[in-house]
Amino acid sequence: MRGATILKASDDKTKQLNKHTLMAFSGEAGDTVQFAEYIQANIQLYSMRNDTDLGPSAVANFVRGELARSLRSRHPYTVNLLLGGLDPITKQPHLYWLDYLASLAPLPYAAHGYAQYYCLSILDKHHHPEINFEQGMKILRMCTDELQRRLPIDFKGMLVKVIDKDGIREIDYDSSKQVLSA
Amino acid sequence: MSRRYDSRTTIFSPEGRLYQVEYALEAISHAGTAIGILSTDGIVLAAERKVTSKLLEQDTSAEKLYILNDNMICAVAGMTADANILINYARQAAQRYLLTYNEDIPCEQLVRRLCDLKQGYTQHGGLRPFGVSFIYAGYDPHRQFQLYQSNPSGNYGGWKATSVGANNASAQSLLKQDYKEECDLKEACGLAVKVLSKTMDSTKLSSEKIEFATVGKTKDGKVYHHLWGADEITTLLQEHGLAKQEEADTG
Repeated sequence: MRGATILKASDDKTKQLNKHTLMAFSGEAGDTVQFAEYIQANIQLYSMRNDTDLGPSAVANFVRGELARSLRSRHPYTVNLLLGGLDPITKQPHLYWLDYLASLAPLPYAAHGYAQYYCLSILDKHHHPEINFEQGMKILRMCTDELQRRLPIDFKGMLVKVIDKDGIREIDYDSSKQVLSA
Repeated sequence: MSRRYDSRTTIFSPEGRLYQVEYALEAISHAGTAIGILSTDGIVLAAERKVTSKLLEQDTSAEKLYILNDNMICAVAGMTADANILINYARQAAQRYLLTYNEDIPCEQLVRRLCDLKQGYTQHGGLRPFGVSFIYAGYDPHRQFQLYQSNPSGNYGGWKATSVGANNASAQSLLKQDYKEECDLKEACGLAVKVLSKTMDSTKLSSEKIEFATVGKTKDGKVYHHLWGADEITTLLQEHGLAKQEEADTG
């Protein structure tokens, strides 16, 4: 869709917390980066002090605690987060959804902001617990395709990162071609 | 010679020693023996309870073995009053970690927290060091079952089998002799009573004189810790033929 409003595609709204935990954030412009860097620094400090990385569940609960503390201060952060990670011991992948009111929910798929109104119905329909990585990517393509059609802005594309046993990497993501549902 | 240096914890003697720390270690070497043994499927802690007088009310609760956290217990050798301060500190630290991360504190981290506190008293002036050595037994997903020992200087280390308190040198050499790398928890319990029976003054043991605790996993994989009751200890002693003969006037 063409429009006067353009959404920047190259802005990286994620922070790597440790080798296998990635945090994506949205919300109030200044708050997001400030809060994300604060969390990143604390998780890295833990890794340095203890010679071991926190697992995704521990990170999520730590972040939730910090958000809850902030919420009850004079100037709370208005930041919404998605936290993905691979547990270094069990090798299980985890996804956590957090909002600025310090809610925490472990979920199989999640979205924040306007995107959730368009994407969650697609995810509800197509996601099931046994899908593999390729099928997951296909559903993501369907989601961004929907955003391209229906968001009343000039949608320039997505930054996509993958977390697996080898760590975290950015992948090429082509959203120019239309996809059909599986 | 040492008079000028042993009244303060903070000052090195000319030979480069800290007398107060050494005196604390000496105090511990008169306390009741405590031993810990690591096995493939759990850990056993055993401690000698010094019975001071016949008239003393036999405390049924443990006085040398304490629960620190859901995943960790410890045995104490030294001054019980000092130990209570440290145990309270450890329990608070463990709960604080649980509150922050919603998971149990890794064993070594809890040991290190305690040892940082102990170390502080060897350096900051005017106060004496804590007169306690600990043996810690715990489990965490990072390193499975773990056994640690710490002393008043604030040093700690991981062990397969270790002892503190009176006769700890002879207990240590007995453990070195008889410890088997691949032993299970039941064998470790047997080794523990055997070593205790040899290091304690009385040849026949009884449930009043020793305390026992184990850390292990249930069949469904949940970690448990268990402070043994008197009847369980008696049963174990009988199995190994170390129980005191039933006297006519008991019961």
